[in-house]
Amino acid sequence: MAQRVVLHYFNGRGKMESIRWLLTVAEVEFDEKFLDTREEYEKLVNDGVLMFQQVPMVEIDGMKLIQTKAILHYIAEKYNLHGKDLKDRVMINMYSEGLMDLMEMIMILPFLPDPKPKLDEIQSKANERYLPVYEKVALTGPVYLVGGKLSLADVLLVECTLMLEEKFPAILKDFPNVKSFQGRMIQIPAINRFLQPGSKRKPPPGENYAKTAIEVFRIKLPTQ
Amino acid sequence: MAERPVLYYFNGRGKMESIRWLLTVAEVEFDEVLLVTREQYVKLLNDGALMFQQVPLVEIDGMKLIQTKAILNYIAEKYNLHGKDPKDRVMINMYSEGLMDLMEMIIMVPFSPDPKPKLDNIQSKAKERYLPVYEKALTGPVYLVGGKLSLADVLLVECTLMLEEKFPAILKDFSNIKSFQGRMIQIPAINRFLQPGSKRKPQPDEKYLKNVMEVFWQAGNMTY
Repeated sequence: MAQRVVLHYFNGRGKMESIRWLLTVAEVEFDEKFLDTREEYEKLVNDGVLMFQQVPMVEIDGMKLIQTKAILHYIAEKYNLHGKDLKDRVMINMYSEGLMDLMEMIMILPFLPDPKPKLDEIQSKANERYLPVYEKVALTGPVYLVGGKLSLADVLLVECTLMLEEKFPAILKDFPNVKSFQGRMIQIPAINRFLQPGSKRKPPPGENYAKTAIEVFRIKLPTQ
Repeated sequence: MAERPVLYYFNGRGKMESIRWLLTVAEVEFDEVLLVTREQYVKLLNDGALMFQQVPLVEIDGMKLIQTKAILNYIAEKYNLHGKDPKDRVMINMYSEGLMDLMEMIIMVPFSPDPKPKLDNIQSKAKERYLPVYEKALTGPVYLVGGKLSLADVLLVECTLMLEEKFPAILKDFSNIKSFQGRMIQIPAINRFLQPGSKRKPQPDEKYLKNVMEVFWQAGNMTY
């Protein structure tokens, strides 16, 4: 008797968004409990359901999973999106970690008093460090990044490139393989639905996003 | 014909130290190329050996692996230190991610102009957020997950020893962890690793900081 998967986070992208993407591509329905106030967060902490007092937290298969990467790997393995063997798995993990590093830089933007230097850094790192890898090494030829089949790495690459284009609309102009890849991926029915209005995909951070996150989690703003 | 893994990093702990620990516990002999000059790093870059221009880099099984977590997961899986099934695996990953978050805070200390607030934060997070979790997990069991040695146990030893270097009495209220640590350091490979002359790196000092700044800082490729 499979229970529904429940996501506990605030009503925004943050670190949970990659998990929403992955569940969507795996065609796993999920529910969400949004933490809108500090009290709701404190209740979770007091109930002892957050191993390190942190979210994301995902209830799945009778467990309360925390730590974004642990959650992503569990879901990827369960739904065959984590490679057929150890060598594929490490390739998927390397590609995924790079994408998550880049997306983390984007995540931090709403919390910065002056986002411009960070935006410049993101754009240059994307253009010089990350996108060339996916363009030249991975997608010259293959349809998917690793092992000829869809994996966690492909999901994160779609997510990441769409996020980059929200900030830098022309960023993929020198990366036609990545752009074609993106085009193929968004035709996958589950992804296509996820990109329509009314889906569980969260919008880019707005006015309230930073304010809510700071209030609920008492985040200290980064100093650099 | 198995070649020895080769580790590329500078002459200090940083992000490579957990990998050194894991290879040691797995009883895998390894060689190291210590990056002491900028030229060495630039050569690696120009040779295209660094997927995202970053170290740690580990050459193993004909591959050039980057991204600390991808490397640790590969080694753990290869040497049966990564759980017998997905449920054990996700527990190992959750515990490991928490420890790596805590150790990352310690890694950052030398790079901070004023270490005192950082040290206070580490001490309180260790005592309030992290150590209680492992203390509870070790009430009874000899190892953290599934009754057998795993990546999580290796990181817990590493982390608790690092904490005691900064806060000698920090485990006094965590007797299960202290016993665990005592058991673990009797494992012959770990015991040897803790002797002088092993590949274990010492705590960061001025020279370390200078080394990192010289080799990496310039290009903004700070990966510690």
